[in-house]
Amino acid sequence: MKKTDENAKAYWRENVKYLVILLSIWFLVSYAAGILFKDVLNEIQLGGFKLGFWFAQQGAIYTFVILIFVYVRLMNKLDKKYGYDE
Amino acid sequence: MSAQVLTYIIVGATFALYIGIAIWSRAGSTKDFYVAGGGVGPIANGMATAADWMSAASFISMAGIIAFAGYDGSVYLMGWTGGYVLLALMLAPYLRKFGKFTVPDFIGDRYYSKTARSVAVFCALIISFTYVAGQMRGVGVVFSRFLEVEINTGVYIGMVIVLFYAVLGGMKGITYTQVAQYCVLIFAFMVPAIFISIEMTNNPIPMLGMGDTLASNPDVYLLDRLDGLSEELGFSKYTDGSKDMQDIIAITLALMVGTAGLPHVIVRFFTVKKVKDARKSAGFALLFIAILYITAPAVSVFAKLNLMETVDQANYEDMPEWFHNWEELSLIGWTDKNNDGKIQYLGPNKGGGKAFEGNKNAPDFMLGEARGEFGQRLTSNPSDNLNELYVDRDIMVMANPEIAKLPNWVIALVAAGCLAAALSTAAGLLLVISSSVSHDLIKKMIKPDISEKGELIAARLAATVAVVIAGYFGVNPPGFVAAVVALAFGLAAASFFPAIILGIFNKRMNKQGAVAGMIVGIVLMLFYMMKFKFDLFGGGTAEDWWFGISPEGFGSVAMVVNFIVSITVSKFTPEPPQDVQDIVENIRIPSGAGEATGH
Repeated sequence: MKKTDENAKAYWRENVKYLVILLSIWFLVSYAAGILFKDVLNEIQLGGFKLGFWFAQQGAIYTFVILIFVYVRLMNKLDKKYGYDE
Repeated sequence: MSAQVLTYIIVGATFALYIGIAIWSRAGSTKDFYVAGGGVGPIANGMATAADWMSAASFISMAGIIAFAGYDGSVYLMGWTGGYVLLALMLAPYLRKFGKFTVPDFIGDRYYSKTARSVAVFCALIISFTYVAGQMRGVGVVFSRFLEVEINTGVYIGMVIVLFYAVLGGMKGITYTQVAQYCVLIFAFMVPAIFISIEMTNNPIPMLGMGDTLASNPDVYLLDRLDGLSEELGFSKYTDGSKDMQDIIAITLALMVGTAGLPHVIVRFFTVKKVKDARKSAGFALLFIAILYITAPAVSVFAKLNLMETVDQANYEDMPEWFHNWEELSLIGWTDKNNDGKIQYLGPNKGGGKAFEGNKNAPDFMLGEARGEFGQRLTSNPSDNLNELYVDRDIMVMANPEIAKLPNWVIALVAAGCLAAALSTAAGLLLVISSSVSHDLIKKMIKPDISEKGELIAARLAATVAVVIAGYFGVNPPGFVAAVVALAFGLAAASFFPAIILGIFNKRMNKQGAVAGMIVGIVLMLFYMMKFKFDLFGGGTAEDWWFGISPEGFGSVAMVVNFIVSITVSKFTPEPPQDVQDIVENIRIPSGAGEATGH
């Protein structure tokens, strides 16, 4: 019983670590790049897009999709590592 | 064939398809009815979630709103997609592991309290009803525009269709119908977008075409041209926007968190087999939603540039046919203020502004066939600034096929797409309402010994009653519906989101904390909404907003208050019983999810 408890705790800690990292990226691409620092980034031009505007209307959304699939992969690996896979 | 005949054929064919699916996949048990038997694959569930999520507003209005708001429109793009990251990472897997049917189920069990469950049922019903009334209205409006029937007749037709497959099929019927509806709506959205992108930039991929150079002038980027023309006509630059930064942040956050807290979205993740599938299906849901959401801003810039170039200083008599068609439908209005026969479309920096006064700044057309010198329809409420043109934002998507001179079948397709978007969302919401009543209220609170068969009958009855009530509001829309739909997100953010997150991530959170937080959050949100939207409690204007945050963004503030109250109260009250703490331990581990059960 003790052992499974510790296993579960370690699994949860790693899970929360992933969450913190992924949600930081989530914050960076939307609130930071798309809103707070938009005017600075708008100085940079990416094809016809100003970079800040691109993040707010396109870039953030692409990143969101990638973030979830990265999370799915990470968690599937984590499940296997701790024996919670099914 | 005329556009109207084609519309009848295509819409009729899609309706037959939906009904066929409903009969094939009808529900035999409460489990089928509530969570589609718990055996939907992640890709199908992703599509169904996407269709459920994207309403008539996403399909018809969003691109138009962005076209007129420019950068400020980004709040909807980021807000309505970013919530899925929260959902996938912080809610869906754990709620699936918990394995019950509804959101109030989770709140009631996790907080071992009937009060908590009742508060949750109340919030779920308020949010879903306000939302669904708007959808039924949307169905009516689409019917009236494309098929020239009365709006009310359209609402009745929509009611019958939804009634048929929601009541018969429950979640199972709805899920498979929504898969079909997703395909119809995304195809209908992409086809015109691709054609217009080719026409304007020679680039067949709209989201890239948006950042490409103009087909008519390969040395100039489309967005630069749009910025330049906007400034020339006295508007602020398209890519700059005009809202305050703190309000942009607050609205984006409220929409994201609200999305993650909407009961009809959360319940989708109870329908998959395993925790693993819940994560994956959130990913597919966002992928399918993102296809529309990254295309919409491209449609916005194409439509806006096209509109400005077409109307700027042009003779009214030279306007293309679509301009006159939409004027006949009262969605475009022109008043020749300086009697030169030319259209002046001017923003505030060039002496322009709203072209009309009162009536939500839309033109009040004179009755009958009153015509001006150039054949334009006469209006009774022109304003005294220099702007002469009113364009309803909804036509940006609906008029696209005509503007791009696409064949009639594309116009018919757009009509079918609008209807698919409205019907799929309405059905998903009706299911939440019916399961709140039959499962959360009747089975869990009023008559716990009800039989499986009885509960299924109750669920179907509740769905029927809900359709009738929603239809009533569709036919007699109360003035506040439109305002409240936008605020449903604020309500979800202020009530459900903190209670669910804390229930998973804070083992120490107890019923006193959660109930206090939910009540303070929703009361604060309702108060702010009534004060600044409905002029109660002394009312107020934009200058009186707290921290410069609009009612649409206030959900973020109410959410933060909810978190603070919950955590503070829980510190001073006893910790939750051991068996509840064990539940929390258990939902954090993905294996052994079993099937969703109600018992």
